[in-house]
Amino acid sequence: MVWTGLTALLSHWRRRPVQLAMLLLGLSLATALWSAVQAINGEARASYDRAAAILGQDRLAQLVREDGARMDQQVFVRLRRAGWLVSPVIEGEMRFGDVRLRVLGIDPLTLPPQAQQVNVAVGDELLPFITAPGVLYAAPETATRLTEQATPPVRVAEGLPPGTVLTDIGQAQVLLGAKDKISRLLLWPDQPIGRAPLKVTAPGLTLRQPSETGDLARLTDSFHLNLTAFGFLAFAVGLFIVHSAIGLAFEQRRQVFRTLRALGLPARVLVLLLIAELLIFALLAGLVGVALGYVVASALLPDVAATLRGLYGADVPGTLSIRPAVWAAGLAIAVIGTLVAAAQSLWRLWHLPLLAAAQPRAWARASERALRAQGVAAMVLLLTAAGIAQFGSGLEAGFALLAALLLGAALALPLVLTGILQLGGRLVRGPLAEWFWADTRQQLPGLSLALMALLLALAANVGVSTMVSSFRLTFTGWLDQRLAAELYVTARTEAEATAIHDWLAQRSDAVLPIWSVEGRVAGQPAAIYGVADHATYRDNWPILSAVPEVWDRIAAGDGALINEQLARRQELGLGDQITLPGGWRASIVGVYSDYGNPIGQVIIGIDTLVQHYPDVSRLRYAIRIAPGKAEALAAGLRAQFGLPAQNVIDQAGIKVFSLKVFERTFRVTAALNVLTLGVAGLAMFASLMTLSGMRLPQLAPVWAMGLTRRHLAWLELSRGLLLAALTMLAAVPVGIALAFVLLAVVNVEAFGWRLPMHLFPGDWARLAALALLAAGLAAAAPAWRLARLSPSDLLKVFAHER
Amino acid sequence: MLLRLHQIDKFYPTGEGPLHVLNGIDLSLEAGKSLALTGESGSGKSTLLHLVAGLDSPDAGEIHLGGTNIVGLNDTALAALRRATVGLVFQQFNLIPSLDVAANLAFQARLAGRPDPAWLKVLAKRLGLAQVLTRYPEQLSAGQQQRVAIGRTLAARPRLVLADEPTGNLDEATGDAVLDLMLSLVAETGAALLMVTHSNRLANRLNARVHLHAGRLV
Ligand SMILES: Nc1ncnc2c1ncn2[C@@H]1O[C@H](COP(=O)(O)OP(=O)(O)O)[C@@H](O)[C@H]1O
Ligand SMILES: [Mg+2]
Repeated sequence: MVWTGLTALLSHWRRRPVQLAMLLLGLSLATALWSAVQAINGEARASYDRAAAILGQDRLAQLVREDGARMDQQVFVRLRRAGWLVSPVIEGEMRFGDVRLRVLGIDPLTLPPQAQQVNVAVGDELLPFITAPGVLYAAPETATRLTEQATPPVRVAEGLPPGTVLTDIGQAQVLLGAKDKISRLLLWPDQPIGRAPLKVTAPGLTLRQPSETGDLARLTDSFHLNLTAFGFLAFAVGLFIVHSAIGLAFEQRRQVFRTLRALGLPARVLVLLLIAELLIFALLAGLVGVALGYVVASALLPDVAATLRGLYGADVPGTLSIRPAVWAAGLAIAVIGTLVAAAQSLWRLWHLPLLAAAQPRAWARASERALRAQGVAAMVLLLTAAGIAQFGSGLEAGFALLAALLLGAALALPLVLTGILQLGGRLVRGPLAEWFWADTRQQLPGLSLALMALLLALAANVGVSTMVSSFRLTFTGWLDQRLAAELYVTARTEAEATAIHDWLAQRSDAVLPIWSVEGRVAGQPAAIYGVADHATYRDNWPILSAVPEVWDRIAAGDGALINEQLARRQELGLGDQITLPGGWRASIVGVYSDYGNPIGQVIIGIDTLVQHYPDVSRLRYAIRIAPGKAEALAAGLRAQFGLPAQNVIDQAGIKVFSLKVFERTFRVTAALNVLTLGVAGLAMFASLMTLSGMRLPQLAPVWAMGLTRRHLAWLELSRGLLLAALTMLAAVPVGIALAFVLLAVVNVEAFGWRLPMHLFPGDWARLAALALLAAGLAAAAPAWRLARLSPSDLLKVFAHER
Repeated sequence: MLLRLHQIDKFYPTGEGPLHVLNGIDLSLEAGKSLALTGESGSGKSTLLHLVAGLDSPDAGEIHLGGTNIVGLNDTALAALRRATVGLVFQQFNLIPSLDVAANLAFQARLAGRPDPAWLKVLAKRLGLAQVLTRYPEQLSAGQQQRVAIGRTLAARPRLVLADEPTGNLDEATGDAVLDLMLSLVAETGAALLMVTHSNRLANRLNARVHLHAGRLV
């Protein structure tokens, strides 16, 4: 009985392969987009974990200075003498040619076993490691990038994060130009009893407990949350297809269900059989979906990796590894999605009276009450969104706001469209036009799910492109301000830097130092820059708010400028005091915009910088010169000092590079956007195909009264276009609201900067054309079928058997 | 002669080879007259009616309607013919579900370019539909739906009314009442009527009757 039942149920799909294809396609696409995002996030997280686990930081406690600055090596000696089992580490960023790397210096003799990343202390390895020129250990990928550069010998070591090299502390101190300095001390897990207290031996140091997540994971959280949100949106849009395909398949099999029930199959067993059938489909589509997701992910990963590097300085490999967790999660989400999409149909089946008459159009004819309920739900959601906008805070609130806004808008769509179509029907004259509008309105319930999916995709498109374009506009303007100098030069040694400075003094209008130290400000990583008192800054710096005479105060060594993200994250404002590395305090005299920078930044006068940080590396200068002479000067500089090309960069070069990073940053979201739109188009196609089979009784009388099939087909096509156009109209305000939330809430929380919103109607026009094209394609097949339908198929409508 | 069929043949392709539904049919109908077409179920009555209406085309023969042979006309011409000359009443699925009764009643006359509000009002009243003009087809009884279909057809004042078992879906009392209405209204407009029925009782109420059997008229 059960077997017979199952075969009877499954035979439906053999007769309707297109329907089956739609169901599987919708489900696999939804799963694919979701899995792609998961695979990307998983890859990135794994590499953050590797970074966080380096030198056992996830297991070992450490001693650091409260301000994050480096300490003297003397501290290490003192602690060892006082009985502490500690091991010194120095860490810093440096360039080898055009490769920027994180350099980690360790002391192989005192390193705790938990921190052994690479075993250097065996046999012949130790001596070359600790004696000049030393050895650099690097991950295979990093080692390859270094082959062209002049570096100490490089050896490959698995397990190191990309973009990091490991070397002896003495060599690292030389490379980083930080003689006798260390960044932190690793603590052995077991410390001898009776050692002198920390306060006495090393005042100013604090104990940092081992942490599982590094700064990177925390910094990039919002980026990944962003991606997850998009993946989820795409998944939800895909589920609309699945929902309508399942609903149709259930409706068409009512007769079979009734027969099976009448033959004695219990309702429970029938429902279980159908669930089993759905699970088979879900697993099948899930497998295809995850595989497809990997394809999408590996296409997107290089851009994501570039984004993470550009935006957060996070190194993520550009290739994917296959993760069991992604497979499991993909299959699970496919199954859950299928069951969610089928819940309504299963529920109805459970309550199906044994002898209820088949109502083939019942599901398409949503009652007034359902529409009203949907309207109420939409109102509640939109009010919730408004409430969150008013009172909520934090990134989670931002996303909750987005979700409520989008879902509310989607639920409100059928109501809005009904209103518009009613109005349109009243405005037109002529029997065909009136029928066209009235009939379009009657089609709404059957199409509303697909149209809601389309609305979501279009609104997301409008919202994200508005955000990106606003950002681009602001960013380009900001780059022009920020990169006022014509040339930027980096010397290889301090002696060379001094020589360059002197050489430039007579040949340029101004030579402005770009010197900085790194440390922690208000508990977060930050860079402190010194600036000369020069019109370059006074005239151009992108100040958001400042006290009067701000540059005079900076020049006088009285106050500091901070970047927007530091101000927002730490809620700092004009007049507040901050503690800078080394323990001195300064008051905030201004806040400036600093897009694209993941960490905090502080600007003080150059003299103040040198006074507080005499060891600051003095290698970089900005050069002011008449733009026409810049190129010749750059060539002269390179020739005079034998500088590599990348050590002298002109303004245009940096701008091109920055914009490239910027564009790559949003290529991923753009790609997800286009894919979501494609899925929505497919949802529309599935619905239209489904409806076209049920349309004949509505179309046949009109045909009989004197319309050609071709004419009817054109009207059907126009109907699809009209609905898509109206949905696009509705999507614009929703998209603008979305952009506003992204710019004013999500970006502020995620990146720490707020951007002005600009509107780009030209983009909307292009998107509208794309939406119409998608709708046209979706409507074309059913319309074509109608135009070619044989008269006897239409006449069957009137045949007595029906 | 309003309608003249000459040697009409019609085949349907089936699994067991072509089915010869109509075999050399000759038939004529004068303007203003009514003719009943009877026959067993499956004898080809509906097929014949569809051919006359220009909804399908015969495999051989000629159909002269108002002086023109409509066999071989293209889709557009046939559609124009349906608008201008013919009115159809089927057993069911006559009405446009998305339009209310008033719009359904007026639809064909407006489509044909012959709107006549005064006549429409008379029709609605005579058909007992004046109270339900704002309802939608699904909110009507089967008898009411058929009356709307009849009203809609007659509102356009077609020269030929084609009806395919117009009361087949109704109980006897309702069916008789609807048929009475239809016959008297058709007579008033001066249209010719070709009505398919399998009821002898109904057939006898028309001017003449023909019987279809095994593809031939007897
Ligand atoms: N489209 C078609 N394809 C194949 N056979 C058909 C088709 N339409 C009708 N038939 C067959 O042609 C015969 C006549 O049908 P029809 O004209 O509907 O008969 P009636 O209206 O007298 O009951 C029947 O046997 C029917 O099964
Ligand atoms: Mg028939």
